[in-house]
Amino acid sequence: MQTTLVERDVLERVLGTAMERGGEFAEVFVEDRTTTSAVLDQRRIEELSSGRDRGAGIRVVVGDTTGFAHTADLSERGLLAAARSAASVARGGGGGVREVALGALADHPTRATTQPRDVDKAKKIELLLHADDVARTEGSSITQVQIGLGDSTRRFVVANSEGVFAADHQVRTRFNISCVASGDTGMQTGYRPIAGTRGFELLTMEAVEEAARGAARQAITKLDARPAPSGDLPVVLAGGSGGILFHEACGHGLEADAILKQASVYAGKVGQQVASSLVTLVDDGTVVGEWGYLALDDEGRPGARNVLIENGVLTDYMWDYLRARKEGRSSSGNGRRQSYQHLPMVRMTNTYLLAGDADADEIVAQTPRGVYVAQLGGGQVNTATGDFVFGMTSAFMIEDGKITSPLRDCNLIGNGPEVLQRVDAVATDFSMTPGTCGKDGQSVPVGTGQATMRLTGVTIGGAS
Amino acid sequence: MSDLLERAERILESAHGDEELEVYVSTGVDTEVQAYQGQIEQLATASSSGIGIRILRDGVAGAQVGTAWAGSLDDEAVEEALREARDNVRFATEDEFIAFARPDGVAAVSLELTDDAVTTTPLDEKIAMAIELERMVRAGDSRIRQVDSANYSDYVAEAAIVSSTGIRASYARSGAYVSVEAIASDGSNDETGWGLSAGRAPGDLDIAKAANDAILRATRMLGSVKPASMKCTAVFDPRSAATLLAIIGGACSGEAVVRGRSFFANRIGEMVAASMFTLFDDPTDPRHFAASAFDGEGLACRRNVMIEGGQLKAFVYDTVSARRAGTSSTGSAVRGGIAGSPSAGCRALQLVPGDIDQAEIFRRVGHGVYVESLMGVHSGVNPISGDFSVGVTGLMIRDGQLAEPVREITVASTLQRMLLDIVHVGNDVEWLPGSAAGQTVAIEGIALSGS
Repeated sequence: MQTTLVERDVLERVLGTAMERGGEFAEVFVEDRTTTSAVLDQRRIEELSSGRDRGAGIRVVVGDTTGFAHTADLSERGLLAAARSAASVARGGGGGVREVALGALADHPTRATTQPRDVDKAKKIELLLHADDVARTEGSSITQVQIGLGDSTRRFVVANSEGVFAADHQVRTRFNISCVASGDTGMQTGYRPIAGTRGFELLTMEAVEEAARGAARQAITKLDARPAPSGDLPVVLAGGSGGILFHEACGHGLEADAILKQASVYAGKVGQQVASSLVTLVDDGTVVGEWGYLALDDEGRPGARNVLIENGVLTDYMWDYLRARKEGRSSSGNGRRQSYQHLPMVRMTNTYLLAGDADADEIVAQTPRGVYVAQLGGGQVNTATGDFVFGMTSAFMIEDGKITSPLRDCNLIGNGPEVLQRVDAVATDFSMTPGTCGKDGQSVPVGTGQATMRLTGVTIGGAS
Repeated sequence: MSDLLERAERILESAHGDEELEVYVSTGVDTEVQAYQGQIEQLATASSSGIGIRILRDGVAGAQVGTAWAGSLDDEAVEEALREARDNVRFATEDEFIAFARPDGVAAVSLELTDDAVTTTPLDEKIAMAIELERMVRAGDSRIRQVDSANYSDYVAEAAIVSSTGIRASYARSGAYVSVEAIASDGSNDETGWGLSAGRAPGDLDIAKAANDAILRATRMLGSVKPASMKCTAVFDPRSAATLLAIIGGACSGEAVVRGRSFFANRIGEMVAASMFTLFDDPTDPRHFAASAFDGEGLACRRNVMIEGGQLKAFVYDTVSARRAGTSSTGSAVRGGIAGSPSAGCRALQLVPGDIDQAEIFRRVGHGVYVESLMGVHSGVNPISGDFSVGVTGLMIRDGQLAEPVREITVASTLQRMLLDIVHVGNDVEWLPGSAAGQTVAIEGIALSGS
């Protein structure tokens, strides 16, 4: 495979043409992505699928206006046509084709050790069948097992009129297993994902077996679940998937696009105490191997570690090129896009709460009555009001400081700024969980993380 | 014959003698305008095309299938997809139920779902619509503090499906939308409201309605409170009811049933809902934005009734799930674009309307909560167990009238229970983008979780 998907001189001419009607900034993003996926359902390999998507997205910025066009035609003719289309937003401007000179390519080879294309398809299938066996061994009430395995190899080159000329090679692998257990009380579900910005080496036998057992046990345990309570209760979030709380409760509200439009409850609050002093929140694209890891963001900016909240004080927002340009500062490496067919915007990478010094078991023991959430499923936030929800997919009552009966799935609901103040204990057992973040119709892989922690009160949306 | 169908036919000629081949090709042209502060914030134009290939081979214990896709119709991309699909076939489990659709004699209805005005309307007019929408929202009420985004978008999409088992289908559809999010403020708190209007072409759009809807939804939430937890009747507005119907429709998928992932499995003939509840899927009704003459396997779409008078009557099937269940496809294959294989699903859900309007439902309910938006549906509804818990915003209903706005609450029950607890279905059918039309639905015995 060639290193640059499109030759440098072609990119220079395309950028020059994109600026011909008076554009102040132009960018070409060329992407070549191959994906494979396999699904095992009821012990059948239903199908293997392979996909290839290749094309370029071109944007032109003039004033506060962005023009965008994309094409699957990577010939110079195709790229120039897209450049002219994107440039058409620059009305009344002129000056003709500009000279744009790019320097040497800043290339970022993948850190994956086992490339997807080097993995025998038969080996993937063996792994899926083994995981199915392991899940079913957990109990005869497991009636349904579905497992997905996928990988993607994404190479892109981004060049812009300010001289950025960089390439990244991102390899991601994911495995997810969902189990259904059936009993007198109906059906219940269990789910475990494994995902990383890594090659097939991510899927060790040990990790896959643990995920399979975990998903099966979760479904079986929930057969005895009782309806969750309703109303305000203390909540202990187990380390890992609880990070979604911060992703929803404040992460989205700290994205500069929402801030600049005054559409976030956190606008104008830098330097203020917005959370309990136990909260230090970081967004970090540099955590090698994590699902939200990136050497380069999709605007050619190196991934970075950005402290958003330090000991409860809001320190900064997350920025992409466009929003940073408006404020006369630099991007924080948070410009991401789903594919060449999408405009980049401010997105999180790996967002996590730094560990504290409490003991996880002690936190539970010191909670007379509450809810222990072992796994969170996902959530949603309204950044303008700060209201958010997130779903618990594995939860238990805490009674007299002990974890007792399992609870049926339900949502928790809260208000970001209020909930951040209610963090009253953070433990040492930090871990991370992969997820998919959706915003304005675009999905990107993200990581979230935290150690076991307690909130003094959250509204539990149960049915009892 | 359309150019696209011709292209698909030519690709089909490359089928080998020992295999069945299915070719799905699509093209689309999209325009998106976002206005902000009276100017264009973003303008995106794009055309795209792609191909999805499925190859099937017969083995000893059944057939195997392999798939591949590409975001291009270039010869090179098509060749690569064919090669990859062929390579993938041999790894699939041989399965006696795997098959491609074959023509079943059901004639497709003739639907005119494309309006040329989408392509002939000058771009400047489309831009003007987005800018006007934003202006109307800002000017419409002094409490509107911000318009986060005012959007116009449209598309023309075409697809063709052909197979060596005799399928030949092609269809086209256009759509145009405006949507807007308004932020209202009373000085201390902010509230948001969405408005939208949808049609087949720019001329169908009602910008004033979208603007007023966003303004009303945002401003009437001002001063919202968090009520105490209680059991009450929840009245879902047409938009949130449509979301509920889409979830119920998912449980009516024959595929979910044969995979053991539907709480409706083994319950055909049972009363699963209140007697005024009749749910059907009818993609042949052109008023649905997702209307279609053909399903995702190229069979004719048809009207399927799943729940009639509260009784579970039938599921919807694609070819493979139907074979597993020992029945025939109901023309209900859906596929998520070029990268998705067909699966069974609903695309144009509707309830038989009741005979009372929303105001009358409020009067009859007396006390309860009016749900205007749902939050966390993907995390709080488990379509397999039926557990249901979602965040909502809306207004209390007191003495048969809308009263104070409420937020930061959840409503919870189980889907099974909710269907039986439906007390009113409104006559106010609203055609919405997505897979379901909406109308006001009242459900009693809901657990409202607040302070």
